[in-house]
Amino acid sequence: MNKKKGLSITGKQKIAGWTYLFPATILICIMSFYPIIQAIFTSFKTGPSANMKWCDPATYNYSRMFQDAIFKTSVKNTFLYLLIEVPIMLVLAMLLAQLLNNKDLKFKGFFRTCVFLPCATSLVSYSLIFKSMFATNGLINTILVNLGILSENYNFLGNAGSAKAIIIIALIWRWTGYNMVFFLAGLQNIEYSVYEAAKIDGANGWQTFWKITVPLLKPTIVMTVIMSINGTLQLFDESVNLTSGGPANSTITMSHYIYNISFGQGVANFGYASALCFVVFIMVAVLAFINMKVGDKRD
Amino acid sequence: MTKKRLGSNIQRRLIPSYIFLIIVSFISVFPFYWMISAATNNTVDVARGKLAFGTYALTNLQNLLAGQDLWGALWNSFKYAGIQTIVALLVCSLAGYGFELYHDKGKDLVFSILLLAMMVPQVATMIPLFKMMSDFGFLNTVWGFMLPAISTPFLIMMFRQNSRNFPVDIMEAARIDGLSEFGIFFRMYMPVQKSTYAAAAVITFMNAWNAYMWPKVVMTDNRAQTMPMLIANLAAGYSVDYGMLMMGVLFCSIPTMIVFFVLQKQFAEGITGSVK
Repeated sequence: MNKKKGLSITGKQKIAGWTYLFPATILICIMSFYPIIQAIFTSFKTGPSANMKWCDPATYNYSRMFQDAIFKTSVKNTFLYLLIEVPIMLVLAMLLAQLLNNKDLKFKGFFRTCVFLPCATSLVSYSLIFKSMFATNGLINTILVNLGILSENYNFLGNAGSAKAIIIIALIWRWTGYNMVFFLAGLQNIEYSVYEAAKIDGANGWQTFWKITVPLLKPTIVMTVIMSINGTLQLFDESVNLTSGGPANSTITMSHYIYNISFGQGVANFGYASALCFVVFIMVAVLAFINMKVGDKRD
Repeated sequence: MTKKRLGSNIQRRLIPSYIFLIIVSFISVFPFYWMISAATNNTVDVARGKLAFGTYALTNLQNLLAGQDLWGALWNSFKYAGIQTIVALLVCSLAGYGFELYHDKGKDLVFSILLLAMMVPQVATMIPLFKMMSDFGFLNTVWGFMLPAISTPFLIMMFRQNSRNFPVDIMEAARIDGLSEFGIFFRMYMPVQKSTYAAAAVITFMNAWNAYMWPKVVMTDNRAQTMPMLIANLAAGYSVDYGMLMMGVLFCSIPTMIVFFVLQKQFAEGITGSVK
């Protein structure tokens, strides 16, 4: 009798445990895993969305992207943003976190709030603010002309090089504070006595940083790198709203281009778009994997 | 005396740090100031580089209201973000709680599979999800808006990590006292985890409010559009009224800025979420 009751209690617990997981698990399966499998199938098909046929040859959508100049540009742009923006941003974030973690510094809360503030804007909002500030008849031009640095208004967003630079500046502005929060949280977990011991052993600030701070912060650093890579590879809002991908698609990102061929003007090409999606998926997965491996090794 | 001099010495050595921080703070804050000042000026003054506040705020608002359904978009954004936050918190906290406090080998395996969803880029699921939502008739509805964003590995992980310090003994005691399994969750777990819920709510609300790509895909009807979509449309024209545009941007930013200033600690906790 007793035993039977006991079993039913653990039985109940078992059922409860799985019930708790059920909604979240089912949702992720339907909303993430099922669509990505669908996308893989779609990437081998062609034709209008209502009546898609298998490609002949099967890899048609994939071979096509090697001839697609805009896609190649979008890949180059995305990696350019990645390679320039992410290191600058992370170094800056780390530097700010170091400065703000100094116990002798005054007005810490004020500085932290200021640096963190850009995170309070939506991606669309700050893209539009930057777009307006850097417009040909915008604030930055007025200032530069008045200071005599420029002789006449420069079309920052109308020239490929400067437009890319502005996207990078905007990204650094928006995300540095965000990453700083991670580093600050990580730094605050390091016991002060560790630094004191280093000081007694005669280590200078530079040595302390490389020999103590960086190794202890490694999990945080790896995570911010993964997040930044992941985010940059999926850049969309900035490309759409700051430069509209222009001039002439020279600043377009991969996600923006995929959006354009699936939901933008003109005929939707879900098959080809899915093939591109799958390529982005592989890139994200591979880079995240490499990062985790690199992060593991030096532990 | 010596102590005081030592203190001022330290402060003197920090002068470069202060200068650097002041410059960075200025750069961080200036675009906000400019947005607000531009919202109160007419487009000519904005372009001329006027930085002082002007008197055109009301005119800009009127122009904005004349061309756009501002209140409708604001209401949509609040509604979608609010509902998504409540549902996401319930679903993900249940899961995080279940994964941590009822954990066994099977559940650990399920958890590590769910984590893979973090690697799935949003754009890769966009097309199949759009088809799915239109088959279900969820286009332009809150369901279409939030279903893909309710259950995220990030939130589940956050609740899982924070469930670590939930005392298991109390659960046993509660069971003996006859509290049901769900009773334990709703009457004991939820009140204890208030701060986790607050941080998760802030980050979920911010993400939902700011979402752009997916709403742009799934909200095809203008009446269902959200604030980010509305301001993006404002800027899409050939000649842009900067005063009016910045008024729109201001409206889109006010809710998130209030959340930021009032709940900054929870916001920071929400971002770092699962890192402990």
